[in-house]
Amino acid sequence: MKAIIDKEKCVACEECVEVCPVEAIEVVDEMAQVDDTCNLCGLCVDACEYEAIDMPEVQAVETDDIESYQGVWVVAEHHNREVHSVSFELLSVGRDLADKLEVELAAVLIGDQLQNAAKQLVGYGADRVYLAEHPALHPFNDESHSKVLTELIQQKKPDILLAGATAMGRSFIPRVAVAVQTGLTADCTGLDIGEDGLLYQTRPAFGGNVMATILCPHRRPQMATVRPMVMKKSVFDSQREGVVEAFAPSQEALVSRVQVLESVTEAQETARLTEADVVVTGGRGLQKAENFELIEQLALLLDGAVGATRSVVDEGWKAYSHQVGQTGKTVSPKLYMACGVSGAIQHVVGMQGSEIIVAVNRDPEAPIFDIVNYGVVADLFEFLPALVKKIEERRS
Amino acid sequence: MHIVVCIKQVPDAKNVRIDPETNTLVRQGVDSIVNPHDWYAVEAALLLRDEYGGKVTVMTMGPPQAEEALRETLALGVDEAVLLSDRAFAGADTWATSLTLARAIAKLEPVDLVICGKQAIDGDTAQVGPGLAAHLDQPYTTYGRKLELVDGSQLRVERLTDFGYEVVQMELPAVVTVVREIGDPRMPGLKHKMRAKKLEIPTWGAADLDLNAKEVGLQGSFTQVVKVFSPPPRSDREMINGEVEEQAEKLIQLLKEAKVSGL
Ligand SMILES: Cc1cc2nc3c(=O)[nH]c(=O)nc-3n(C[C@H](O)[C@H](O)[C@H](O)COP(=O)(O)OP(=O)(O)OC[C@H]3O[C@@H](n4cnc5c(N)ncnc54)[C@H](O)[C@@H]3O)c2cc1C
Ligand SMILES: Nc1ncnc2c1ncn2[C@@H]1O[C@H](COP(=O)(O)O)[C@@H](O)[C@H]1O
Repeated sequence: MKAIIDKEKCVACEECVEVCPVEAIEVVDEMAQVDDTCNLCGLCVDACEYEAIDMPEVQAVETDDIESYQGVWVVAEHHNREVHSVSFELLSVGRDLADKLEVELAAVLIGDQLQNAAKQLVGYGADRVYLAEHPALHPFNDESHSKVLTELIQQKKPDILLAGATAMGRSFIPRVAVAVQTGLTADCTGLDIGEDGLLYQTRPAFGGNVMATILCPHRRPQMATVRPMVMKKSVFDSQREGVVEAFAPSQEALVSRVQVLESVTEAQETARLTEADVVVTGGRGLQKAENFELIEQLALLLDGAVGATRSVVDEGWKAYSHQVGQTGKTVSPKLYMACGVSGAIQHVVGMQGSEIIVAVNRDPEAPIFDIVNYGVVADLFEFLPALVKKIEERRS
Repeated sequence: MHIVVCIKQVPDAKNVRIDPETNTLVRQGVDSIVNPHDWYAVEAALLLRDEYGGKVTVMTMGPPQAEEALRETLALGVDEAVLLSDRAFAGADTWATSLTLARAIAKLEPVDLVICGKQAIDGDTAQVGPGLAAHLDQPYTTYGRKLELVDGSQLRVERLTDFGYEVVQMELPAVVTVVREIGDPRMPGLKHKMRAKKLEIPTWGAADLDLNAKEVGLQGSFTQVVKVFSPPPRSDREMINGEVEEQAEKLIQLLKEAKVSGL
């Protein structure tokens, strides 16, 4: 299959030829022609001003009894019995979706001894909490948790299911999607209900250089993982009422072929990288490991986390868990401060979703300045101490 | 031990961007590269083979030219390669991709371990590895940074989490995705390079995998891309000039206005 050209509408403007990432389109005899290298990415459809290009129609086999799937679900993530903030963010966007569809918003909580967490989820907007508790479900285990969630979906049939695009969510939700035979959209940054009642899932592709909107029209539930820190959580309301419904998974679901032998929590710093409101990143411009103190000082003042470029990690100045970028972590805090970072594309793809980007670099030509909101051309060894001093002065 | 490594050929990130002026996608002679994360998957497999013996097969699903990606990894000393290529595979989402790969792995039996990269840099979904495990109904884990064989039939994996790390163990056959901390990929060797050039690589299509056209590619996908567009442009850039003291003061003001907490 390949993109379809409407011969009546094509004016041979070559706009599609320009945008095709696989060079599958050519204009021959005043007409666009698509060859077999077409991978159906859809970029040309969007680029064509004359609406002359279409993707072939697909008709996936519909989920049985599709009308019976109702309600919006949020899979709650927790660590040491504390709910992860992304789950509250999801309840807030889930609330909007549920209200638009006029259906219930439910949270799913799987683990052991989670009554308090369940109450918290209600306070953040859940009408109902499906609570599956069993000692065998603690600590988190991809396999048993995915089996429990699969059973729950098969029995209760939600229309929409959201989970955090965290290491945990991205690890076990894909298995659930395959088990219930539905589509899954990864790492969404925007969600909405269309006029057709479907979930419009928007996410970055090609490292954030392109955005794509994705639907799952024929299968249920419509599943998505959502990037942390993108949605705003709503205000906690301790008076809110909701139902906590216990769910008893089958014996079989409690068994996992994967044993967790050890689970180690490392320094708070690394853990917070993807959750922090502020990330201060140091690059090779720091010159040596000891100088990272400058970065740490500023991060501490702003209650932020410390990031690093790959060069810094390769030098051994910071652990890999701090690396931001293509081969590291993707972050999207409110404020990202890149200090002594050149702005290589492999770094940029891991942070360009941040709300405000500030760069400090002594080279005015550094590519990082192409993507900043605020650019500071300065020697970081002069600028950072000055900044820290001023912030401290204001506080006292 | 037979290890299959799944690799993907992707457009080089450098080549794909939106022109801020025309707001269209710029494509300057797109280079295809092996997905950077997949080099660590290859390295992980070769490290295991070096230690415990056996054979490593690389596999990719893609257009005919994806064969180049396979040959690049053969040059590092991978033993065999399989290309899954068929017009019908085009437009596959992660469901269809993992189903197709799973069928091919079943055809390569016996396979003890499947290793994938953390994610592919084009789609960034990280869904194919876990999806593959589900289709094969095998245990799996993700974000592995150290793999070790225990008692010959168990795999012990040290894996990164958002909080630190975990050590998990599972019975083989299994599926694992790995991260950069596995270790830097080795350099191609001359002997391996020669072999990589000549080695016959079988190509399997849908029919070879007993899959019909409705189960693969766009037809077999549950998700559909309905729109592709440029990300909203960042609000205008402001360069902050002056002496260091002034710059610091100005930045604090701007961040305060933007309601960054702690200022
Ligand atoms: C496959 C692949 C994957 C990669 N993945 C990643 C990734 O995940 N993350 C990542 O970060 N990189 C990644 N890289 C590496 C990336 O291409 C760059 O090499 C790296 O990001 C550069 O790091 P840097 O900005 O710290 O160093 P440099 O490029 O050396 O930049 C240092 C900057 O500091 C400035 N500077 C120096 N001294 C001072 C001073 N006193 N005051 C102010 N400014 C100063 C310089 O002007 C320069 O701009 C990857 C590369 C490849 C090929
Ligand atoms: N077409 C493909 N052929 C072979 N392996 C793939 C393919 N797509 C994805 N993979 C593997 O799955 C991993 C995750 O890819 P993704 O889910 O697309 O982010 C990659 O690092 C590869 O190991």
